[in-house]
Amino acid sequence: MSELVIETKGLSKRYGDVIAVDALDLAVRRGEVFGLLGPNGSGKTTTILMLLGLTEPTAGSVQVLGLDPARQPLSVKARVGYMPDEVGFYEELTARENLVYIAKLNGLPRDEAYRRIDEVLARMGLSEVGDRRVATFSRGMRRRLGVAEVLLKQPQLIIMDEPTQGLDPEGARELLHIIRELKGEDITILLSSHLLYQVQAVCDRVGLFHRGRMVLEGTVSDLAQQVLGSTYRIQLQADGPASTLMKALQHLPGVVNIERDGDNRYQVAAANDLRAEVANAIVTAGGRLLMLNVEAPSLDDIYARYFQEVEHVAAA
Amino acid sequence: MSLQLKQARRERVREGSPWTGLWAVVAKEMADHLTSVRMHILEVLIVLTAAGTVYAAMQSLRNSVGQDPFLLLKLFTTAREPLPAFVGFLGFLVPLIAIALAFDSVNGEFNRRTMSRILAQPIYRDALLLGKFLAGLFTLALVLTAIWLLIIGLGIVGLGVPPSGEEVARSLWFLLASVFYGGIWLALAMVFSVVFRQPATAALASIAVWLFFTVFWEILAGLIAPVLRPVRFGFPEEILAQTQLELTLTRLSPNTLYGEVMLALLHPTVRSVGLVLPIQLQGAVLGTPLPLRQSLLLIWPQFTGLVAATILLFALGYVLFQRQEIRA
Ligand SMILES: Nc1ncnc2c1ncn2[C@@H]1O[C@H](COP(=O)(O)OP(=O)(O)O)[C@@H](O)[C@H]1O
Ligand SMILES: [Mg+2]
Repeated sequence: MSELVIETKGLSKRYGDVIAVDALDLAVRRGEVFGLLGPNGSGKTTTILMLLGLTEPTAGSVQVLGLDPARQPLSVKARVGYMPDEVGFYEELTARENLVYIAKLNGLPRDEAYRRIDEVLARMGLSEVGDRRVATFSRGMRRRLGVAEVLLKQPQLIIMDEPTQGLDPEGARELLHIIRELKGEDITILLSSHLLYQVQAVCDRVGLFHRGRMVLEGTVSDLAQQVLGSTYRIQLQADGPASTLMKALQHLPGVVNIERDGDNRYQVAAANDLRAEVANAIVTAGGRLLMLNVEAPSLDDIYARYFQEVEHVAAA
Repeated sequence: MSLQLKQARRERVREGSPWTGLWAVVAKEMADHLTSVRMHILEVLIVLTAAGTVYAAMQSLRNSVGQDPFLLLKLFTTAREPLPAFVGFLGFLVPLIAIALAFDSVNGEFNRRTMSRILAQPIYRDALLLGKFLAGLFTLALVLTAIWLLIIGLGIVGLGVPPSGEEVARSLWFLLASVFYGGIWLALAMVFSVVFRQPATAALASIAVWLFFTVFWEILAGLIAPVLRPVRFGFPEEILAQTQLELTLTRLSPNTLYGEVMLALLHPTVRSVGLVLPIQLQGAVLGTPLPLRQSLLLIWPQFTGLVAATILLFALGYVLFQRQEIRA
């Protein structure tokens, strides 16, 4: 069952001379968590606005849940929950009153609306503060209220623009936890972020944006394979004469590079997972092994490496 | 090719009614208005003004009870030094309330970052803008109706005369005219709230336009008319043409239109607004009141002018808002 929830073909948006989104082909399957990742200004928000029919594309086609957002905006917006990057509420109203307004705009009958509001507030841990004015809410609470609002219409697709931006680590973790929960409920999620490492763990697939183009797409491990090759980064901490230890490590088969990060810290790049061999080599060379760790490939690395290479090619 | 594409886009039929969700917006916005501190201040201001001016008017009118058939209307229009009449205050209280209701209606949503969230709900922008406008208009109507009831009530108690049907009808038409006069300023402030991101800028721009029409427009009309229709030889036709042009120019101001409507509705004896030629007075018995129908006919163009200006300004705001980029 690989029904497409979002499908764009050659989707483009120009603002005068600026090409905000350039011929984007995007396909998101049902039940998937897809991450639009890239630095600020790379076209993520513009893409999202076009998916919702809030901005008209300059060219190309969009299908969301099989509908055209420009032609059938009401049907699309009734089925898609959207949390903007800077989610704002009516400060002078309570959380509940804010949700009541949204429920009315969605044409929910009164009883149904109140039932759902209680439900989503409880789910987001906001039951106790539901009757407090939003002006008194922290950023994390506002973001959770944003999710509550999105869930209110029981959407088939949720689009979140920079959901973790501006949250403290605790708040960000909470939000990612919520996303992971939703994923288990057959809701498709599209989220954007410029903080790659934060969302890496929740995304099934990611698309990396650069200047309006999606330059890389796939699962994180696919991308790592593609861009970094099979590189493992092993970090270790060991007491002992540095030169001896470095020499011992250099002789291991498969080691590509060794760097000394600090007094007794080293980083080993290898073609495969050499943790056992490294430990053995350190001990045999008379060192005291204090820490040994292999780092999973991170999106930041992938992104950085990809653009190093692109610029390398461009410079050459 | 791209032109064709654009045309095709424009021609496509939008799904559903553009007014889906309209009443949800109206209800929410009206609740906001009626509970806002801003409106409470204005309500106190207008109640005090009404009570003060009407009380003063009653002092002067006591003696004419039983002689004047339009005593209640005089409550609105009688001035007693040093206070102007209530209608004199209305001329600027209505624009003030209207501007206060609308200057942050659209930019406020952007600044609170609620715009994209609201427009991501299954409604069109049309419903949001019209809903905000109607909520403002209804609020204004509510406030003015309350004041109207207050004045009529004060009149009945204070002067001891029941209102005649004619008086009630005339003052109700006047109430309606006041609401549309407010509608113009409401729509104008709304246009500025679409154009300017800063509510303070929108408020100042609205007040600047109001000041322009209140203070400068008549002076300007007096300067422009002689330039366009100069009196070269002193013929009566020349003088008439110049005066008529000046009158036409001043009527471009909503204040003039409202003033003329007010005059004809609240002073039944007024048989002409603007220029009066001797020939028009032939056969007329000066001082006899006109029936309401005649008074209405007299100012019907002004009345429709007020309504049309409101609609035009709203349409302008609508077009500007439709083209606006939603990203805050
Ligand atoms: N209304 C606009 N007018 C002109 N340029 C715009 C407008 N909105 C966005 N852009 C440009 O489009 C590009 C993409 O912006 P955006 O989609 O917001 O990026 P992101 O969400 O990835 O940070 C940026 O270069 C931005 O400057
Ligand atoms: Mg963005």
